[in-house]
Amino acid sequence: MTRTADNYVLDLTASRRGYAINRLCASLTDEDSRRRFGADEAAYCDAFGLTPEQRKAILHRDWTAMLDLGASIFYVFKLAMVDGKSMQYLGGVFTGVTAEEFTELMRLGGQNFGR
Amino acid sequence: MDNRKTGDLYWKALFDGYEPARRWMAGHRPDVAVIVYNDHANAVGLDLVPTFAIGTAESYAVADEGWGRRPVPPVTGAPELSEHLVRMLVDDSFDIATFNRLDVDHGLTVPLSVYCPEPGDAWPCAVVPVLVNVIQYPQPTAARCYALGQAIGRAIRSFPQDVDVAVFGTGGMSHQLAGARAGLINAEFDYMFLKAIESDPEKLAAIPRDEYIRETGTEGIELIMWLVMRGAMSARIRRIHDSYHVPASNTAVGLALFEDLGGT
Repeated sequence: MTRTADNYVLDLTASRRGYAINRLCASLTDEDSRRRFGADEAAYCDAFGLTPEQRKAILHRDWTAMLDLGASIFYVFKLAMVDGKSMQYLGGVFTGVTAEEFTELMRLGGQNFGR
Repeated sequence: MDNRKTGDLYWKALFDGYEPARRWMAGHRPDVAVIVYNDHANAVGLDLVPTFAIGTAESYAVADEGWGRRPVPPVTGAPELSEHLVRMLVDDSFDIATFNRLDVDHGLTVPLSVYCPEPGDAWPCAVVPVLVNVIQYPQPTAARCYALGQAIGRAIRSFPQDVDVAVFGTGGMSHQLAGARAGLINAEFDYMFLKAIESDPEKLAAIPRDEYIRETGTEGIELIMWLVMRGAMSARIRRIHDSYHVPASNTAVGLALFEDLGGT
């Protein structure tokens, strides 16, 4: 899995880079689309014109790579929900802890990272 | 709230903090709520991203964000007030996009649930949605949001019908969902913000975008929407109640309720 950057900002460059992957994630709000995605994820990625790197990130659920390739967390979350994964799970992925550990860290007040 | 979890210990402290605000609002029911919020990749995609937009419809369905529509009532619009706001803002040199049709997501319905957790079949007031882009960089500046709020305030006050209007500023407080700083909470900044939003909003309006991102997280930039609310209010306001709680999911949740005392 990829090492994560501190912050991901969806500027216009990132948005251009991630257009196909964000569009794929957005499509998953539709029930029929979710069914087709589940039936053949690779074909679904191809139908949305993902780059080989984006396709690999989706199929391997490399959440950090998705962001590096221009995905926005709000779009990525729609894929996470299809998998039944929470924002705490994703937070744990990005910070190297389990979902339970991340949830506990939030319960204790979060982290201010030196702010 | 719409999942009936309010009794759960995790949520109890948060919702207990809302209670005094709810009681006051119940005794001061508005006719219309102008709700300043951000969509979360539901009504707004990445093909077209309006910086500021106003809903103009007679009603708004609750969005299906991918896991079913939330079990809350559809939202009744206030098209005459919407139309008045759009005309006044455009004439006041604000370039407003209009959603003549719009499904509203949790960014709008959760604040309504905070106000009125058990609405029954219908929310207690009509709604004018005001959408702010906070997802795509560059977001509007805090200063621009404050100025928009002031223009909205002028427009509300010039509406020829005698209606009571509440303005909801939503979003924040400090939080970050992605990257190595996921889980960021900056309580010091949040407390400063909760204080300054009343008595020194100009200070908050002067904070640059990148400083909001650095201090409050990539998603904490949503706090600029509070400045639209504050700009719409008069100079003289009275703090009814405030509360602050960490966490709700990955977020610091703040609430501040003000009564507008009028005057400039």
